[in-house]
Amino acid sequence: MLYRENGQFKTSYRGDQQIFPIVQDRIAIGLLLLVAFIAVPLAADEYLLRAILIPFLILSLAALGLNILVGYCGQISLGTGAFMAVGAYAAYNFMVRIDGMPLLAALLLGGLTSTVVGVLFGIPSLRIKGLYLAVATLAAQFFADWAFLRVPYFTNNSSSGSVSVASLSVFGIPIESPASRYVFCLAIVCVFALLAKNLVRGHLGREWMAIRDMDVAAEVIGIRPVYAKLTAFAVSSFIVGVAGALWGFVYLGSWEPAAFSIDRSFQLLFMVIIGGLGSIMGSFFGAAFIVLLPLFLNSVPRWLGIPISVVTASHLEFMIFGALIVFFLIVEPHGLARLWSTGKEKLRLWPFPH
Amino acid sequence: MGPFLETLFGGLMVGMLYSLIALGFVLIYKASGVFNFAQGAMVLFAALAMARFAEWIPKLTGLNNKFIDNTIAFMLAVLVMIVLAWLIQKLVLGKLVNQEGITLLMATLGITYFLEGSGQALFGNDIYKIDIGMPKDPVFIFEKTFEGGLLINKEDLYAAVIAAVLVALLALFFQKTATGRALRAVADDHQAAQSIGIPLDRIWVIVWSVAGIVALVAGVIWGSKLGVQFSLSLVALKALPVVILGGLTSIPGAIIGGLIIGVGEKLSEIYLGPHLGGGIEIWFAYVLALAFLLVRPQGLFGEKIIDRV
Repeated sequence: MLYRENGQFKTSYRGDQQIFPIVQDRIAIGLLLLVAFIAVPLAADEYLLRAILIPFLILSLAALGLNILVGYCGQISLGTGAFMAVGAYAAYNFMVRIDGMPLLAALLLGGLTSTVVGVLFGIPSLRIKGLYLAVATLAAQFFADWAFLRVPYFTNNSSSGSVSVASLSVFGIPIESPASRYVFCLAIVCVFALLAKNLVRGHLGREWMAIRDMDVAAEVIGIRPVYAKLTAFAVSSFIVGVAGALWGFVYLGSWEPAAFSIDRSFQLLFMVIIGGLGSIMGSFFGAAFIVLLPLFLNSVPRWLGIPISVVTASHLEFMIFGALIVFFLIVEPHGLARLWSTGKEKLRLWPFPH
Repeated sequence: MGPFLETLFGGLMVGMLYSLIALGFVLIYKASGVFNFAQGAMVLFAALAMARFAEWIPKLTGLNNKFIDNTIAFMLAVLVMIVLAWLIQKLVLGKLVNQEGITLLMATLGITYFLEGSGQALFGNDIYKIDIGMPKDPVFIFEKTFEGGLLINKEDLYAAVIAAVLVALLALFFQKTATGRALRAVADDHQAAQSIGIPLDRIWVIVWSVAGIVALVAGVIWGSKLGVQFSLSLVALKALPVVILGGLTSIPGAIIGGLIIGVGEKLSEIYLGPHLGGGIEIWFAYVLALAFLLVRPQGLFGEKIIDRV
């Protein structure tokens, strides 16, 4: 009843091309941002911020990056963990090796390094596609796992590849308390989500989607596949690299290469698929789903009063996780984002559908 | 010369196991176009089932003949894999007909997680030993040809024979039986096969069962060599570069690709490893496959990839 767009006429192209053309959407997103930036840091307790919201934000950023590559450009990648690792370790090296390096600059430089590596591993995509490419990106994953474990330069000569960062601050404001870490991540995620949304609406995004839908046809109408594919790899690995640096710096604090193992890559791919391929919103839904699911599965037996051991619980988690993925793929292969838009469509006609 | 040849043989033995895992992979891809990520998890699941059945049967029945126990355990494990294949077809793939390749890939990833979880929940998560009575004593051969001779595990030789017999049986099954012909027809063209009355559903169950049995054999060989544990599922990921190298649709490709990867891995570890800091085994296979893809995208024996516009 509230969600009607009758009477909202667009009189200019600008008005027609807004990200949120419907007034109610704009109000909703404004309220959401207000709550996220002001109410949540004030009200949420430390556990909620540290264990749920911060990982959710960082993983949605990484999923967003991956979604650009997989969902928009159609190049499947199983090496996301590697690009996160490159971002994290590069940012760490910039922090340690250059005195007085600001945190933000280190994060962005980490992202840029990841871009370079991403483009390098994206070059095979010019010749191979689909599932072959998936295996090619596995090479990036295992190579990165090895490099950060065995090459002492990358980890500043620390043993076993574990590194740590201390005392983060941005523009002189210390980022120590969970609330400030949360706000910092939220700000970065908002900026990147806005940038990504505008990129995929622009000519570059259209080129990616054309390549995804049919590369030969795209080439015929004058899209350069080399340029389109490599920019997708570049943008995607930049965002993933920044997310990796955030994951290391803000969420973990100290980490080793295992934090960015192949399981992380799979996890991100799950987020993108469950959330919805080719949807910015879907990345957030997917991340929320995957972050919350294990917590939920862990607490169900406690609510029901069934005592099960930790080992059994982790096996059950694997099983339920696998079953849920299959279930989702069968019921809604287009992901949560599609459910969301169907819901919105229904809401427009509620309570009197024709 | 001695150390080189020994490394070579070691590599061939590991490569043979990769080949077996890759074989199951290629079978499924050829017949149903599904990129089966779960092959590794199936190896783990089958090996766990076999190891635990062999342990439980003497306790339950009091039979203490190792040969009979192992045979019954093997039969039961085969049965488990067939039921599993049927369930996968019934509950997962049957519902995902006509979906894109990436959706099917994700579904097999889901199956992977499910099998890893349920395998360990049902059969336990320790390291188990499969003892099928393979001789463990090493033998020296070629002692006359050059000094010192070659040190080879008898176990490896037996494993190689088992693998060869399995491949021969598969070849016979595919070439000589009616079901095998139907399988090849489906692999060539789904629609044509269906139009002459080959039931696709049943064929897919059979293919997944055969892949399951191949996984079981791979798991048994691996398990009797190194024990059955969770990491088996990760080692099996190496089958991916193998199939890429050999070509996704080629059975000889899977076998030769496996041997190349196995040998390349061991030789590079010995001769290149020390210069690069060691442990390059974990990525060598993938980078080799990646480099190879740039030159020949369809793999050694794969069908040439032709795009229809």
